[in-house]
This record gives sequence, C-alpha cells and structure tokens, in this order.
Amino acid sequence: MAVSAHEAVSPGPVRDHTPPARRSGGRGRSVLEVALLTVLAVVMLFPVLWMIETSIKENRDVYAIPAKFFDFKVTLDHFRDVFVASGGGPSTLSVSFLNSVVVAGVSTVLATVLGVPAAWAYSRFGVKAKKDQLFFILSTRFMPPVVVVIPIFLMYRQAGLINTQLGLILIYAAFNVPFTIWMMKGFVDEVPPEYEDAAMLDGYTRLQAFRRYTLPLLLPGIAATAVFALIFSWNEFVFAIFLTSSDNVRTAPPAIAGLIGGTTVDWGLVAAASVVFALPVLVFAYLVRKHLVAGVTLGAVRR
Amino acid sequence: MGTVAVYGLCKSFGKVQAMDGVTLDVPDGSFFVVLGPSGAGKTTTLRAIAGLEKLDAGSVRLDGTDATGDTPAARDLAMVFQNYALYPRHTVYENIASPLRARRRSSSEIAAAVERMSTLLHIEPLLRRRPAQLSGGEMQRVALARALVRRPRAFLMDEPLTNLDLKLRVEMRTELTRIHRSLGATFVYVTNDQVEALSMADQVAVLKEGKVQQVGTPAEVYERPANQWVAGFVGSPQISLLACHAEGDRLVGADGWTLPRPRWTTAEDGRPLLLGLRAEDLSVERRGNASLPGELYGLEPLGDRTVVDVRVGTEILKVKARPTVTGTPGERLLVTVDLDRAHLFDAGTGLALSEAGR
Repeated sequence: MAVSAHEAVSPGPVRDHTPPARRSGGRGRSVLEVALLTVLAVVMLFPVLWMIETSIKENRDVYAIPAKFFDFKVTLDHFRDVFVASGGGPSTLSVSFLNSVVVAGVSTVLATVLGVPAAWAYSRFGVKAKKDQLFFILSTRFMPPVVVVIPIFLMYRQAGLINTQLGLILIYAAFNVPFTIWMMKGFVDEVPPEYEDAAMLDGYTRLQAFRRYTLPLLLPGIAATAVFALIFSWNEFVFAIFLTSSDNVRTAPPAIAGLIGGTTVDWGLVAAASVVFALPVLVFAYLVRKHLVAGVTLGAVRR
Repeated sequence: MGTVAVYGLCKSFGKVQAMDGVTLDVPDGSFFVVLGPSGAGKTTTLRAIAGLEKLDAGSVRLDGTDATGDTPAARDLAMVFQNYALYPRHTVYENIASPLRARRRSSSEIAAAVERMSTLLHIEPLLRRRPAQLSGGEMQRVALARALVRRPRAFLMDEPLTNLDLKLRVEMRTELTRIHRSLGATFVYVTNDQVEALSMADQVAVLKEGKVQQVGTPAEVYERPANQWVAGFVGSPQISLLACHAEGDRLVGADGWTLPRPRWTTAEDGRPLLLGLRAEDLSVERRGNASLPGELYGLEPLGDRTVVDVRVGTEILKVKARPTVTGTPGERLLVTVDLDRAHLFDAGTGLALSEAGR
C-alpha cells in the first residue's frame, strides 16, 4: 500500500502537557468563599449536630456546664426509651411514630392517586374555565392551616372525625391534592401529547395510551411530588395537635412536642425522638434524589 | 376500500377559526395532498379525520359510513406525526410493533410484520435502539414503519418530511411515491411544500385560513388556479400579477402598457382585472408580437436558470431565462408574453375569470 511521505512522517497531533491555568472558580476556592461557606454550614448544621449529640449523651452530660462537645460517654438508652416503655412493651412514642407512618403514607398515596389524573386532565383537555379552576385550586393553599383549623375542628366534630386517623388523612390529602395537581401539571405539560395521539391511532383507548406511554414518563415527577407531599404530611403539626387528643391516634410531631413542658424535661429522649423523626424523610429524599433532580430538570429531556 | 370524506368541518381554538367548512372527498387508493401555508388548518383537518380533534361542526365518513363520533382506534387509520411521536422509552422494534400489540396480534405475526417493514425501509440495524439514538432521517423511517406495519383504511401523514434536510427530503419523496404505488392504499398527506404536493399528489386540496380554495390534480392547480391566492401560493418563482382592464381588443395596464386581449376572456370593458404571468411564460430572449416594455431590475442566478426581475411601470415581473443571460440594472428591454398561458383574475374578488373559451 502506498503511503505518502507526509502521512508516513506525521507525528500525530501534538500533545500539550501543560496543565490548564488554575482559575479562581476552579478547585482552589478563594479564602473568602471557604470562610463564608464554613460560617453558613456551622449555623445551619449546629442545631442538627447538637440534637444528635444530645440524643446519645447521658442525662448528667446533657445538663453539664460548660457544655461537653466531645468528652462524654455515648449511650443509646434514649433511643431504647423512644421505642420501649419503661415497664416493657411499646412506648407511646413508638405508637405515635406508627401513626405518622400510616397517616403520612396513606394521605400521600391518596393525594397522588387523585392529583395525577387531575393534572393530566387539566393539561390535556379543554376544561371549561381552566385557568379559574386552577387558580381556585391553588387558592386553597393561600391560607395558613392555623386560620382554618377552628372551623375544621367544628366540622370534624359534627362528622365524627375528631381524634381519628381518617380525619388527619383526609385533611392532609386535601392540602396535598392542590399541590400535586399544580406540580404534576407542569410535568404532564412537558410530555408531548402526540405520544397519546399516536397510541390511540395504534388502537389503544385514551386511558390505555396514558397508562402505557405517558405515565412511565411521569414517574420521576410523581416521585418528586410524592416526596414533597410526604414531607408535608410527616411534618404537619397544627392540625395534628388540634384534631387529635389520645395517644393511640396522635402523630409524632405533637407527641414529641408533648414531651416538653412537664416539671422535668427529658431532653435526651426529646433529642432521640427528633432524630428518629427526621431520619425517614432524609432517607426517602436520598433514595429518590435522582428522580428529584430529574424532576426539576425534566424540561431538558430530549423529545 | 379506503375512502375518506369530510363535510363542513368547523373548529375554532379560542378566537382562531382553524377550519371553516372544510369539505374534502378522498378517493380510494389516491395520494391526496392537503397543501397550504402554516396556520391554514391542514393539521387540524388531518387530526379531525383521525378523531383526535373534537369538532364544532361537520362530519367524517370513512368508507361511506359515518365515523364522526368514533374513537381514533375504531377508525382504523394510521398516522405519521410531524415530530414523529416515537415512544421514547421503547425500542424501535417495540415502536413498530405497537399498532399490532394494541390489536392483540400473535407475537410470531408481529415479528414477521416488523421484519418486513424494517426490510422495506432499510432500518434492520436500528431495531434494538431507542428513538433518542436515531438521526432525524432514521426516526422518520421508523415513524413510517409504525404506520405501514398495519393495513389500515388510510394513511394520514402530517408534514412527515418537513424536519429532514433537503437531500433526504428529495429521496423520501421518491420513496413515499414508490411505497404508495406498491401498496395501492389511500394516503392523505399534509404539507406546506408545493414541490411535494405537485410531485407526489394525485389530487391536491389547497387550504387557506381554514377554507378549501381549490381541489384538483397538480396540473389543474398549477395551470388553472381557481383564484389569485392559489396562483400566488403555487409555483416558484411566484406568479407576477399586473393590474389592468380590458378595452376593446386590448388589455390596458394600470401603468399604461397594452397587450392584445386574450381571445378566451369574456370580461367586460373597464372591469378591474389582474393579469397573472408565470415566469416560464415570459421571456427576455425571444422576440414576439406581444411584449411589455420594462427595465432590468435585478438578476437571480439559480444555477440551472436565472430569474430576471423586470420592472414594468411600478410592478416587478419575474422572468425565467437561461443561466447565460446578462444585463445591467436599468437597461431597457422587452418582455415577451405567452398570452395563451396567461391568467386573468377579477381584481375585486380575486377569482379566476371563466376560461371556458380557452
């Protein structure tokens, strides 16, 4: 095979071994940046760290003056007390955690099951006075819960929903459905309607087309929306404390708050309960973090 | 069988009237092109046939029976979408198989049909890929395969070639014509590209602002435009229109020129008219007895030909000439007119004058 002289002697592309110039925005952050970030991190994380520390300190270390940061004896007694009653058997706190799981879980499922099809309908169909309806739905979120809690208390008393898990599930779902509709409508808008059109011409019904071709594309959005709804229901305090009274119905936020305010406060127990309370949300958000990011950046998905 | 007919379709989106009494009759086995500028209601018409659009008024008949209230699935049609609408999470194979799966065909039948389609459209190597891994031309072929995998009543195509580059578009035009001929099926094809319409269609319907302007063969639409607007929309370079009126045996232009009055026109004297002259029916090179005096305005060399812009009075005439033609702007010249091929329109209504005598 003939090789031209030029090709034969060509040394190939010249490699440049000099490292790229370091810019201030690169790996070497400026001192000011590091300092500001450190201050911010300490301010944001100190309460969390202190909560975790308190939860594993013995009671006399909790009250020690000056406060002990590192040289204390680690104990898991408080965590045992969160779940096990002093006389054996499940503690009231563990019951309240279970209540929280049931109430937050069921209300989130309810809000998703109702909200996603509604969002799809608002996105796809010519609904009469669509904008007004959507504004009305959103307006139910304008009012802070504490403003409506008294009327709702009176209504619930008539309906026999006071001090029931169902009552809390319904009110949380009612608060989360509008949020789900609004957030999911954005996600549905991002999915081209032609997929459903094409599927209907293939021979599927409207609902089959939605289920087969649109719904799978919405899963990241549904995950993101459900996490937000779950966090709302899990953290909710005002309705929980007004609408429940007995320990076997009460959810965790009012139950933990109830630990504070006696003659002596077991801060170790409060801190341990708070850690247990914070964990599920953190774990859940961590598990779906990819979906959360995908949800936020759905607009970048190639069509 | 595969006839499609729509009567008096009306549909408005808010204040926009997308279709305003669209009536079309698509014969069995024809390549029927709906041509019009963007916003003319072409896509809405196609979606109405498919059952994807709720109508304000009108009816759709398929194979002679009323299908106005039928679901898209029940209409037994296939459609190629402008953006292809390939299912993004499914492989090419599954995309093509979808219409057969929806109709619960056996998997061996599906495999055979997908293989036949992938051979026909040369997409065998792509079957395991997903739409995001395909080029525009490949996506277009897959979309076509998904439509052709079944033998529906009719195929609906919504500007399927618009998103392709020019070379591929020309190739696919030939390919589509070949497929149409080999299947003998009914195609309803929407486009804003008059070249596609003229080169592929058996029948063309020209649409403007939701109204059908003219239906006919490509030759009829080009040679006998029903009105001034169709004459201007179909044909490139655009037809030149000159204001004039008849006076005895002459046509007198608003700019003072005169031409012999074409024998076939019946227009009474003095009625304001528009004389339509296509670039290929004009010449700056030939000598003839009917000519207009003008001056050279500009030259557009297009390789195989040169379009000469000639100013006659206040109007610009587009004249087709050989690529060797030269001249300097401002130069005086005579434009020879082939009056037998000229068009006359009523300046008020824009409608073509009766050409019964032609």
